[in-house]
Amino acid sequence: MNENEINEFRSDVRAWLNENKPATPSFLLPETFMEVGTDQQFEFLRRWQQTVYEAGYLGMSWPEAYGGGGQPQVMQDIVNQEMAAQRVPFVPNTIGLNWAGPLILDMGSEADKQRYVKNILSAEDIWCQGFSEPDHGSDLGNAQVRAVKDGDEYVINGSKIWTSLGSYAKYMILIARTSNEGPNKYAGLSFFLAPMTAPGIEPTPIKKLTGEFGFCQTYFTDARIPADCMLGNEGEGWSVAMKTLMYERGAVGGQAGGLSMMDLNINDIIELARRATRNGQPAIDDPLTRDELVKLVLEAKGNALMGSRARVPALGGTYPTAVAMSGKLRSSELKRKMTRFAVSLQGANGARYISDDALDGGKWQRSYLNSFSGTIGGGTTQIQKNILGERVLGLPKS
Amino acid sequence: MIRFSEEQAMLLDTAREFCQKQSPIAEVRRVIEAGQPLDATLWQTMVDLGWLGVTIPEAFGGLGLDLADTVPIFEAMGSQLLATPLLATTLAAQVLITNGSEAQKNQWLPKIAAGQIATIALTEANGSWETDQITTHLTQAGSGEMTLTGSKTFVLDAGVADVILVSALRDGALCWCLIDASEIPEGAIQREVVIDETRRSYSLTLSDVPIRADQILPGTAFQKIELAAMLLITAEMSGGLEGVLAVIVGYLNTRKQFDKLIGSYQAMKHPTVDILMGAEMTRSYLYHAATVWRDETDEAVIEAAVRMAKCCASEHFSEAGDRGIQFHGGFGFTYECDAQLFLRRALWSQYQFGDDRHQRQKLGALLF
Repeated sequence: MNENEINEFRSDVRAWLNENKPATPSFLLPETFMEVGTDQQFEFLRRWQQTVYEAGYLGMSWPEAYGGGGQPQVMQDIVNQEMAAQRVPFVPNTIGLNWAGPLILDMGSEADKQRYVKNILSAEDIWCQGFSEPDHGSDLGNAQVRAVKDGDEYVINGSKIWTSLGSYAKYMILIARTSNEGPNKYAGLSFFLAPMTAPGIEPTPIKKLTGEFGFCQTYFTDARIPADCMLGNEGEGWSVAMKTLMYERGAVGGQAGGLSMMDLNINDIIELARRATRNGQPAIDDPLTRDELVKLVLEAKGNALMGSRARVPALGGTYPTAVAMSGKLRSSELKRKMTRFAVSLQGANGARYISDDALDGGKWQRSYLNSFSGTIGGGTTQIQKNILGERVLGLPKS
Repeated sequence: MIRFSEEQAMLLDTAREFCQKQSPIAEVRRVIEAGQPLDATLWQTMVDLGWLGVTIPEAFGGLGLDLADTVPIFEAMGSQLLATPLLATTLAAQVLITNGSEAQKNQWLPKIAAGQIATIALTEANGSWETDQITTHLTQAGSGEMTLTGSKTFVLDAGVADVILVSALRDGALCWCLIDASEIPEGAIQREVVIDETRRSYSLTLSDVPIRADQILPGTAFQKIELAAMLLITAEMSGGLEGVLAVIVGYLNTRKQFDKLIGSYQAMKHPTVDILMGAEMTRSYLYHAATVWRDETDEAVIEAAVRMAKCCASEHFSEAGDRGIQFHGGFGFTYECDAQLFLRRALWSQYQFGDDRHQRQKLGALLF
């Protein structure tokens, strides 16, 4: 695409979003796919994904044969940028769009692609993820859910936890143990595209610290799933699972696009500090609050600059992997601090919660409580620090 | 945005290699012990490397590069705690380049490029970082004659300087006065005790010292000089953070307690990772500030970038030094432990040209 075509496309997208962006609903929307707690929220977001897909703005670079747009990735990038700029809602089928879809396009059979890909894009089929288990939070390789082959089926027993959208999902990307043999714990794992409709699979909603529902514990009791829904070969589950982490945003054939969460950045906090009041004055005018705000700005900007420096190899320094390996730790901790600070800007009203009386409907209080999903999920901050200490600084194992 | 050229990368490599060779920690201690105002041989080597002329315009015998191009040199010096008159001399050269008349530049810049030592006298006894608190002043004494009176402190390397640039009030406005060392009265320069023992710091007490009109610089830029000092000290601090982190990691990987290497305890490991993150962020802010210094023209943008860098470095380097002592246990309480050298350096650096709290105050006004 040349410069003119790009500009023209961008203004088309902008116009379309202006026209079709859904009005803010009467209820508080979730901020990520992990926070969808009511049917009302889910239906609203699913409808939005359908609208975006039907307009041709989702899966733009995926093959046309499977429901994609067959367009250059740059177009999807533009759509994503405009969506972020206009603060439109996220598209909820995150696991399908970012993990399952790219995986199926990469290593699925022709039949898999025909069967799954289009419905991922249209939100007809919602996908969830069955990786974590109750007793093995951060230790994925130790998964204990059993899958035993019986004829042309596998019989599944055990339970998975933190299944976001579990109650709405038609399929799950599932890691289960097909063997206890092999040289290490990873060798016995296999990967399935499991139908959630099979008898014996029960997603049970878990109430979160926010008081809302948002994910499930999924129980498997002699659940029978077809053997041909295995992706890769038996025993290759670990490497398939690791692949899902490599489909980065912006790569051709990678993630389908659209927003997967409502972005929170430091400017939102500065804006809130001007708007919220402490003791009758804008919070930003209070010198102590101001000092805390500068600290947060410095952390946010510093994080961004670390990424910028990591792109200059000559400035890699003694520990060239430190920046890349600490991204999750830094961004999740920053988000926790920002949302916690946002609550503190509100004076006595900091004590309110989701209700019409609360500033922005109680969004900041809820955001703060939800921010722990980032500092706990995907390896807690404490585990991240162990990993950085051991793999980057070379300290002995704990 | 951070830009770093191949020339800068080469300078960084050269400087690191030089400083590692010239200033191992035993040498740092020997220099402190000897207490000499100058290591003339080392200084000559640095002159020969051309480091004094990096920022001096070609017309005056230098390389004519930007001040930001010296950042890798100061970072490398900082990591080895190498203190030389390069900091003071580079800053004094900046005063001349920014504010000096052609005659003043002609007289001094070629000499500085060739190795003469210069310094600046800014801070006074009240310890203020604000130039509006300066009380040193010029008084009209007869026709065309003036005299300079006042006391300065934290004047680096004044004891070996060939020229000192002194800030003073003239009719209520700040200006720079250039004083040749030969014109400074006996006893006016006294060594003073500072927390960082690698620094040679002096007080300068002037009482009715005659000043001719041609000793006063026509330019009156002060903030640019303060920001230059912050940038270079931040570079030293970034290096210092790397240095103290190496000391800590080294100890955590060798010292055993309760039959285990202490680095295996999360109580040590996690805060050490925090120090690593602080060091990585400081270095990012440093080279961002260097990029902005070179490429930006908007003074407010430059000021914000430099203050953010100084703020980040001050906070994280002193915290790293503080934890460095604690993690060495009883040994950390002794003079023998190298962590104290870094903590003392961190404190000196933090309190020169504005600590982190001061920078945040300034940034609040710049950002919001």
